[in-house]
Amino acid sequence: MQNKPEEETMKSIKRLVFGAVGMVLAATSVSGIAVAGGHGWEPTKPIDFIIMAGKGGGADKMARLMQAIVEKENLASKPLVPTNKSGGSGAEALIAARDANDPDHTIMVTLNSFYTTPLRQPGLKIDSLSFAPVARMAEDTFLLWVHKDSGLKTFADFLAKAKADGNKWVMGGTGKNSEDNIITDFLNDNYGLSMKYIPYKGGGAVAKQVAGKQLNSSVNNPSEALGFYESGDMVPLVAFTKSRLPMFPNVPTLSEVFAGGKQISWSYFMQRSVVGAPGMSEKAQAYYTDLFAKVYSSADWQNYKSKKSLMGDLMSGDELKAYWADQIANHTKILKASGAIK
Amino acid sequence: MDILASLFNGILIALEPINLGLAIIGVIVGLFVGAMPGLGSVNGVAILLPFTFVIQGFTGGATSPMIFLASIYYGAMYGGAISSITLGIPGASTAVATTFDGRPLALAGKAHVALVAAALASFAGGTVSNVMFTAFAPLLATVALSFGDPEVFALMLLAFATFVGLGGDDIPKTIFSICIGLVLATVGFDVVSGEPRLIFFDITGFSHGIRFLVLAIGVYGIGEMLWTINTSRYGSSMSNVDVSARAVIDAIKQFRHAWRGTVIGSLLGFFVGILPAAGATPGSLMAYGVAKLTSRNPSEYGKGSIDGVAAPEAANNSASTGAMLPMMTLGIPGSPTTAVLLAGMVIWGLQPGPLLFTNQPDFVWPLIGSFYISNVIAVLINLAFIPVFLWMLRMPFTILAPLIFVLSLVGTYAAYQDMFDVWLMVFVGVGAFFLRLLDYPVAPAVLAIVLGPIAEPKLRQSLLFSDGDLMIFFNRPIAGPITVIAIVLILLPLFKLIRDKLRQTA
Repeated sequence: MQNKPEEETMKSIKRLVFGAVGMVLAATSVSGIAVAGGHGWEPTKPIDFIIMAGKGGGADKMARLMQAIVEKENLASKPLVPTNKSGGSGAEALIAARDANDPDHTIMVTLNSFYTTPLRQPGLKIDSLSFAPVARMAEDTFLLWVHKDSGLKTFADFLAKAKADGNKWVMGGTGKNSEDNIITDFLNDNYGLSMKYIPYKGGGAVAKQVAGKQLNSSVNNPSEALGFYESGDMVPLVAFTKSRLPMFPNVPTLSEVFAGGKQISWSYFMQRSVVGAPGMSEKAQAYYTDLFAKVYSSADWQNYKSKKSLMGDLMSGDELKAYWADQIANHTKILKASGAIK
Repeated sequence: MDILASLFNGILIALEPINLGLAIIGVIVGLFVGAMPGLGSVNGVAILLPFTFVIQGFTGGATSPMIFLASIYYGAMYGGAISSITLGIPGASTAVATTFDGRPLALAGKAHVALVAAALASFAGGTVSNVMFTAFAPLLATVALSFGDPEVFALMLLAFATFVGLGGDDIPKTIFSICIGLVLATVGFDVVSGEPRLIFFDITGFSHGIRFLVLAIGVYGIGEMLWTINTSRYGSSMSNVDVSARAVIDAIKQFRHAWRGTVIGSLLGFFVGILPAAGATPGSLMAYGVAKLTSRNPSEYGKGSIDGVAAPEAANNSASTGAMLPMMTLGIPGSPTTAVLLAGMVIWGLQPGPLLFTNQPDFVWPLIGSFYISNVIAVLINLAFIPVFLWMLRMPFTILAPLIFVLSLVGTYAAYQDMFDVWLMVFVGVGAFFLRLLDYPVAPAVLAIVLGPIAEPKLRQSLLFSDGDLMIFFNRPIAGPITVIAIVLILLPLFKLIRDKLRQTA
């Protein structure tokens, strides 16, 4: 409460200083006016930064990195305040963003549950396309992981073992009907497996369970399993990407392996996008698009992207919205095929 | 001896003027953040994360920024006890168990004894966990990994058992209280099925579940205030406290009566802390339960037992160091605070994980060294400030009551910036007051709300594994014994009842 007047005085001091600097600049050069002018819209209070997943998972690590970059490079005048809302495969986050009372100060880091959760739960009354497209920061990749002590070396080994074990073979993943669940269903349906799928709260928890031999396998993102991969505990068998990942040159893609008597060309990615709450003003959307473009081109982000095997280029505005529409159509097909929706 | 040499080296680096200075500032910031209701270590480290980039720019390495954040974390664990004892409002969720006995002690005019016991127990807990961390970090990471779903569930069952099988309190009422807590804990979205549960009146605020801190402030802030008003209608409840330095020294001498709680808290807290699912809040509650259970006079608990203050305080410090272990060695944060620290480490260019100790000794050992240093700084500063904290208690209740009310409102809002939480907090506070009027214990409900969200998914994940076969909790080497002990503890009151009946007939 006591901060308000202080903030106000700080603001007026800043305004005075900027005003003075602006006048001096205007007097000396034309470009000075542009510097003093700046954006059309600036946040007036801390920005609610919702993370659609639990702590320690890929989305969480990435969101906190984005926040740290904004702080480090001093990109925003107000801080981003991250909150994890992992409940109901992102339903909790989607509802919170939809009902945000200040959409101009509410942004959210999304996963594919951004499309799948509204598709699966029409009762939530959430339209993915009503959110403001800010920036797609990357597309995350998926690999199939097992523990090194399982002795499995190839995807064919995995199929043979998982088939023999039937529903005693346990795959862990993040949430029900999530990305991990979609990949598990795909493997079960196409290779005649009956793996059991157990949902957890975050990708970090899943990786830990595989490293501790509590689960047989997972389809973690590289960022989630990296620590255990480097220590040699977890072994990747196959990548669900279009081409081999530079970081795992010896791990084949699913499309190139002939196993279980067939060769299936299939890939699956996870969007890592920042979206604005429905009803966000165009000016605010432009501000955030610009902000995250700066985060995207920072050295820290580019470094993280290559170190964690992330793909996909920056995408925003109508292009991002078209990408979502495409993904929604694609996921409707996938979920219908697996029987998750009618 | 390799470890001792590395540790010594690390302590020397942590004692360098810049690092020592940062640790002192960090501890003081932490103490205040921790003492302020609603704000905990997570707010402290999150707000000051940007400042660490300045430090990094200045010193170059990742060590100094991490020392700064870790000392805030440390200070906050000490600070939480201050408002728990003096005002009866938990300063942070980790200090909820401290109110159980800290507040009665303060009301009896022994606040100095409680504050000193909290400080010294925190120091002991911090030291024990530091030593264990130093000596066994890689080994303990393996232990944490060997805890699957059934093991964690068995542990949670044990925690409930320590609260049920205590005797003394009215057993049916205790169970009723636990059930209320469990029901409230299921509000929100279910992890396993992804479906919403108990979203009353379609209010959005319920979709994220009922936050523990909101309940804790409601029960111990508003509820406690109403209770005090009710019981002190005919007299002043202003507590008489001695704020002299002599009283503090006297209180230090009395601490020897709290050794048992301290030992239990230190060991149990550390162990619960290293499990990625748990953290300092369940750790401190379990330590309280076990200390009471194994005590020779459990009836003292809840009425002002020094052990009852020492156990949770030793445990929350011990657990916070413990929670650094899965964060550093497995890359998995066990608490919101460690999630922020993890983010910091990533941007400072480190890769937390099983190889951190091997690849980054220059980061790890000074950090561990700073744990020891921060612990000493924190206990000294805390003891020095105790007379100031005690002075707060000299305020008459007519001033204190509105202050508690305002702090409860502001604290709840500060934690999540959500007005829904503030209304819920007031509602819960009034509810807790009526439960207490009807002589229901509220502590078991609080425990259930902390442990329920951990226990329930673990139970269901375990049963998914075993296709519904309950034997999974008995036929695993770690889960089995824990489950059996828990069941025996739950049935203990029944045995006592039968024994008493037999004696009567004989």
